[in-house]
Amino acid sequence: MRRLIAGIAGAVFGFGLVLSDMIDPDRVLAFLTLNSGKWDPTLAFVMGGAILPMLLAWRISAQREQPFLGGEFPPRPTGGPDRKLMAGAILFGIGWGVIGLCPGPALAGLLIGGWPVALFVAAAFGGMALYQYQFTRA
Amino acid sequence: MEFILGDAIKGLVGGLLIGCSAAILLLANGRIAGISGIAGALITKSATKLRFENLAFVLGLITAPLAYSVLIEQPEIGVSTNPIMLVFAGLCVGLGTRLGSGCTSGHGVCGLSRFSPRSLASVLTFVGTAMLVASGVRMITGAPV
Repeated sequence: MRRLIAGIAGAVFGFGLVLSDMIDPDRVLAFLTLNSGKWDPTLAFVMGGAILPMLLAWRISAQREQPFLGGEFPPRPTGGPDRKLMAGAILFGIGWGVIGLCPGPALAGLLIGGWPVALFVAAAFGGMALYQYQFTRA
Repeated sequence: MEFILGDAIKGLVGGLLIGCSAAILLLANGRIAGISGIAGALITKSATKLRFENLAFVLGLITAPLAYSVLIEQPEIGVSTNPIMLVFAGLCVGLGTRLGSGCTSGHGVCGLSRFSPRSLASVLTFVGTAMLVASGVRMITGAPV
């Protein structure tokens, strides 16, 4: 059941990325590029729209002992921003700003975006593996 | 600036779908819909019982746009064809999102809605950095890479 729900959630997420056009890196770069002469605010609407249901979801979760399918709700992260968090955000921002792809749209476009998206996804998994073996002692 | 009402509405509706997906995953499974976290967990050595759940989410995420392109229309995907830049950006995004514990979905959608100070700091930083980089690239080359 958990896997079915996860699969459905993934599909809804992917459909949302297509409908909002965030699957198109050109559209994302049109938001991130401030000096193009035709700045495109669409990404802000997508982010705003996505936050609304989650505001409600966090409120519901606060009133429940556990998720509907059992287990536990994710604990609130303790502490404030640290150097690791900020260094990661800067590195991510550099990559995002260069190509206009972040993990969600990259995976969503994996099968329909041709070789460039596939190459980007492969490199992103490479970057994740690098973290795995360099920065953790798993 | 170019404001197109139809694009804003489609963005809002698509965003609502993304938020509903994250809400379902949180309320049913107790999971954060952070794509970098879910994808990153697929390549960790420690095999957990969540592995197939993560795989199911990623499969849904990958196949829904394919189904859309087959059944309805092929979405336009305008992406750089510079292999060096694609690899460089992919490495930055993969390493950065794991180091920084999240991306646009985990920190942006799930973290901001929880009023997490860490997520707010992260989002302001990666959006600010990406705007500097994208605008810088435009200034230097006159076009995206």
